[in-house]
Order: sequence, then structure tokens, then C-alpha cells
Amino acid sequence: MARVVVDVMLKPEILDPQGQAVASALPRLGVAGVESVRIGKRIELEFADGTDSDAHLEQAREIADKLLANPVIEDFTLRIEDGDR
Amino acid sequence: MRIGVVTFPGSLDDGDARRAVRLAGAEDVGLWHNDPDLHRVDAVILPGGFSYGDYLRAGAIARFSPVMGSVIAAAASGLPVLGICNGFQVLCEAGLLPGALTRNAHLHFRNRDQVLRMLATDTAWTNGYSEGQEILIPVKNGEGRYVADEATLDELEATDRVVARYVNGNPNGSMRDIAAIRNEAGNVVGIMPHPEHAIEALTGPSTDGLAFFTSVLTHLATAGAPA
Repeated sequence: MARVVVDVMLKPEILDPQGQAVASALPRLGVAGVESVRIGKRIELEFADGTDSDAHLEQAREIADKLLANPVIEDFTLRIEDGDR
Repeated sequence: MRIGVVTFPGSLDDGDARRAVRLAGAEDVGLWHNDPDLHRVDAVILPGGFSYGDYLRAGAIARFSPVMGSVIAAAASGLPVLGICNGFQVLCEAGLLPGALTRNAHLHFRNRDQVLRMLATDTAWTNGYSEGQEILIPVKNGEGRYVADEATLDELEATDRVVARYVNGNPNGSMRDIAAIRNEAGNVVGIMPHPEHAIEALTGPSTDGLAFFTSVLTHLATAGAPA
């Protein structure tokens, strides 16, 4: 089994009010020095056939392009992860 | 005239949209997310709600439903399509309208009566309004903040594609106070507030919303049946 991890993040220029809310809560924990917080999504795609990682990546890219990320507001990155963990 | 209203799993305002269609004097036709057949309707409304639970992003999964395949194809040949709230989100996800709708800047769900200024009145859905007219209809959303890059916003303004702006306070942080936009042809309109909740004195803050539903009948009577 092969796992492709897709990380989806709001583009830097897109306001992330959730991240801002978390950042403003940090001083309550006694945490100082965190300049900003951005919140994204991690999506794990499990492929049944674990041999051809290039094909999986290509397929994952297509899925991310079409559905997982909205290119108007989000960027995504892909990586293969060891599925046996 | 037959006006279709799509029901997705999680749609909430399909009943009100169908009632608005009937009050406007048309026949309301229920369309089902899983059925690509548009049942010979003359126009389509995508209602408010939380289609597919708003999972992933609002409208992201609805955009790939069987009915949307047909709606996207028919919109290209001129079928009038109105997306309200979640329907607006679906239209943006589907690429029928530019930009995206994101979490309200203040993170609060906003539910109140809202003044809008009508701008583009040459669309299939707004020809019954006059340019500059102010209307009062409910707004209720958590992810209604309209976002697009500066070039897109400039183009929308330069080509008169901003259909309505928020007046007396922007409820969600929408860029340039945008509440509604149209496509180039004017047959597709997306609006975040809810005209279908302002069609009767008994239940709405006004009857200002009804003209969306009568406008499309005027448009269809003038333009003839869509291709």
C-alpha cells in the first residue's frame, strides 16, 4: 500500500482568520514569540497498489488540482509517505 | 415557465426557493443532485444550505454531482442559473463564476437583515430592479467572504459584473463589499444573501427579493426558450 499525503494551505495573500484566532490565543498559554499561525489541511490518499509511486503522485496531483484544493485561494504540496507506519 | 431548484444532501433553502418561484408565477420543479436530467426546465436555482455538509470546502463536492454536470453544460448555452449562498459557493467552485467564498473575516456566523445596492440590472435575474436601488433581504452565512485577486476584482468592476454590494456594513469582510456577481453573458448570477427569504410580508423583512424570481420570467419571455 502506498500513501500520498496532500498538504493544502491557503495562499499567503489570503486572510486566515482561524490562524489569527489561534495566534491571539497563544499568549494565554504563556507562549510568546510566535509571529503568525496559518491553518491548512492534511489529506492522506491510500493507493491499493504500492509499486508505481510516480503514477500515484501524478494521480494525486490530478485529484488535488480538481477537488482537494481550490486554486483561487489555496496551494498544495504532495509527498509519498511510507504506508507501513 | 419551469424553474428547477436543485436539492443536494444538506440543502436547506430549496423549499423557500421553490415557494419564491411559485409566488413569482412559475412552475417549480425539483431537481435531484444525483440525477443529471434537468427535466426541461427553463432556468435553475442552486439553493442555500450546506451541500454535502460543506465538507472539504463549501460547494467543492456538490460541484461534481451528476446534476451539476448538466447545469454547467446548459449554462454555457445560456440557461439562466441563480446560485444563492451555498449555491453561489457551488458556482464559484464549478468555475461558472470567478473568485471564491471564504470564512467570514470575523469568524462569526452572521444572520441579519441586510441592505444591498443593486448594480448590474441587465442580467437574467435582476432586470426587474433599477440600478442603484437599495433592497433589504436576509443574509445568513459563515463562509460568505467574497475573495478574488485584484485583477479579477478590477475586471468585474470594469465590465459591470458586480450585481450587488453590501450597504450599511459589510457582514463578512467581502472584498469591495461584493454581495453578488454575474458571468459575462449575464445568465449566471451568484448572490450571498437570500432573496428567497424576502418575498412575503408575513415571513420576510420586505418583499424586495421577489424581483429576482420575476426577472427571470421576464428574461425568458423576451429571450425565448434557452437552447
